[in-house]
Amino acid sequence: MIIALAGNPNSGKTTLFNNLTGGSQYVGNWPGVTVEKKDGKLKGHPDVTIQDLPGIYSLSPYSLEEVVARQYLVNEKPDAIINIIDGTNIERNLYLTTQLLELEIPMILAINMIDLVRKNGDQINVKKLENDLGCKVIEMSALKGENALEVAEAAIQMVQEHTGIPQNPHVFTGSVEHALAHIEESIEPIVGSKGLRWFAVKVFERDERAIREMGLSKEILDHVESHIRDCEKELDDDAESIITSQRYDYIAKVMLECVKKKRARGELSVSDKIDKIVTNRILGLPIFFAIMWFVYYVSVSTLGTWMTDWTNDVLFGEIIPPAVSTFCESVGMAGWLESLIVDGIIGGVGTVLGFVPQILLIFLFLAILEDCGYMARIAFVLGRIFRRFGLSGKSFIPILISTGCGVPGIMGTRTIENEKDRRMTIMLTTFIPCSAKTEIIAMITTEFFPGNVWVAWSMWVLSFLVIIFSGIALKKTKLFAGETAPFVMELPAYHFPSGKNVALRVWDRGKHFIVKAGTIIFSIVVIVWFLESFSWSLQLLDPETQLDQSILASIGGALAWIFAPLGFGSWQGTVAIITAEMAKETATSTVVMLAGKAGITSLFTPIAALSFMAMNLFDPPCIAAMSACMREMGDRKWGWIAIGYQFMLGYCLSLVIYQMGSWLFYGAAFGFGQIVAIVIIVAALYFIFRPVPQKQINTQTAEA
Amino acid sequence: MTLNEVKVGNTVHIKKLNGSGPTKRRIMDMGLTKGSEVYVRKVAPLGDPIELTVRGYELSIRKADAAWVEVEQ
Repeated sequence: MIIALAGNPNSGKTTLFNNLTGGSQYVGNWPGVTVEKKDGKLKGHPDVTIQDLPGIYSLSPYSLEEVVARQYLVNEKPDAIINIIDGTNIERNLYLTTQLLELEIPMILAINMIDLVRKNGDQINVKKLENDLGCKVIEMSALKGENALEVAEAAIQMVQEHTGIPQNPHVFTGSVEHALAHIEESIEPIVGSKGLRWFAVKVFERDERAIREMGLSKEILDHVESHIRDCEKELDDDAESIITSQRYDYIAKVMLECVKKKRARGELSVSDKIDKIVTNRILGLPIFFAIMWFVYYVSVSTLGTWMTDWTNDVLFGEIIPPAVSTFCESVGMAGWLESLIVDGIIGGVGTVLGFVPQILLIFLFLAILEDCGYMARIAFVLGRIFRRFGLSGKSFIPILISTGCGVPGIMGTRTIENEKDRRMTIMLTTFIPCSAKTEIIAMITTEFFPGNVWVAWSMWVLSFLVIIFSGIALKKTKLFAGETAPFVMELPAYHFPSGKNVALRVWDRGKHFIVKAGTIIFSIVVIVWFLESFSWSLQLLDPETQLDQSILASIGGALAWIFAPLGFGSWQGTVAIITAEMAKETATSTVVMLAGKAGITSLFTPIAALSFMAMNLFDPPCIAAMSACMREMGDRKWGWIAIGYQFMLGYCLSLVIYQMGSWLFYGAAFGFGQIVAIVIIVAALYFIFRPVPQKQINTQTAEA
Repeated sequence: MTLNEVKVGNTVHIKKLNGSGPTKRRIMDMGLTKGSEVYVRKVAPLGDPIELTVRGYELSIRKADAAWVEVEQ
């Protein structure tokens, strides 16, 4: 038996879901999209699955979440729906309810946050509401656990007794009802009688997607079109607006009959008072920066880094490897096996686990900010800036977090609702130097440009510019074109974050990082260990002195030509670029190791070092971040697009730096390389400053 | 008058929604329908978006999108 959980965002759906399923949840993405999909078994009922649907306001065809939800409801037909609504915000929440009722799937209306409703002194007439809507209503509080399981039990009972199918309430009036009746009559032979009202309304709204799926013939559509036109003419509005307005008018009527609010209009609640200060015109930005500084300070500069450093350097550096080595030697294990376990597996797993404390800490802050209602305010406060280059105000947080580590940064994009914004943020957020990349900057600047304070600084500025201009340029491409999801956003009431919710959210996200990223990183680390530890004749090499005989070195030599235009076409430079993909900080350790006594200044000229640094900073991030990117994109194609874009950008940028730099500052002759660099610059400027292509404007209106 | 022109602290009623497609539908789905009452609560620190009270909750909307909404006092 499958029970679907539907409701608005901020209605307490997640809390109820956690309540009903306990620990047994499966979290993934809906196929092909970045929308999160969660299901779990109902506590005490192993045969009942609770399917969580994305939090939505409507079942319109325009937003991805809404399409996912309605496809599921219409095509998969769950056995029952629990529609959870926020009792303190009934009017807007019931709007989705009026649409769900039309599906004629057994449904329970669960009025959540009833404790707050009572505290506010408001009254809801449940009996009257049941009568008006034609569906069972239960008051509950997911947070307090009141009635939560009872709601699920009631749903099960409905399914078992074959009851609870909503009796269509009288939402529409006069001519609309008349037109809908005509439509129902025409389409019933094709779509059947179940959910007939839903299909009829979709036809009335001229919902192209739904009509296509119903497979209606042109004759039928032409026939009903005249009824729709008559109705539009009479009410002087378009069909979609008529339906929406009538739903809200109906709800307003129901509200009058069933809900009594105590608080006078215009009176400020506590949440209103908090909001007055927090998003204040003058204080809003300083408060935002103070909160961000605190999050950054704790999770990136201090506590988080201490924990990560300890796990990496002490736990997986000083404690576990020597202990395991001693053990291996004591049982007389073969040298290669010991190397695999200590250098390969422990080294690899350590790299992953080292991130975990910091990631959990960041997830903790994110979960608190989300749960208390401040996250939405961030988008409100910063919306204007980030819109300019195609990101959401909420993109700020992933970018900020990425200065510590790109992996939680990428995973932090889950808080962004719009899929295009989210994908764009995933793609761009790792351009900001993370702590490992900062090590590269530190090494290159101290070795090659001692005393020059501008090099490190300019790399930071460059990374901001790359993000901004990439955003502007990508927004104009077909991939990100259009403003499909408008920025019309609810600002939920503030409330004290619930410890259980926060903990579950942190655990959910953290667990997935450890399991999924862990398996991928683990296998790749073992492969690289093999390539750098063995020669082609499968002889185990000494990592300190014999690395030049390894398989990796010969691969590096074979690929060196790729990096020749960037100024470091040696096998050492190439190997450093490859190993840096395991973890960025290894770029520094690798070059130091490969250069040996001669020092790293023997490997690169200063301008080549600059180009080497730029390549490492802007090419795809480390394997951990890449696997997070693949996963969060929800689609391999998008993962590869992101990685491809990052490689291209890093490569082009390094080429320009090397070719133009050696010509302008190091007296190299003007030649083919410089011409290529200039072509790249011109192309980049074109993509940034070209007007939005006409074709895309057209497709936008067509979609509209 | 359109919604983006309303001064902070004023209450207006929606007369008509212009435009079409996703933006319009989204605005309507969030409860800004013909005849509904809207209170313009504040402007974001950077001047955009604006915050409204509609149907008893808070809604944030960009000025560019609010310009599609015709209102009267």
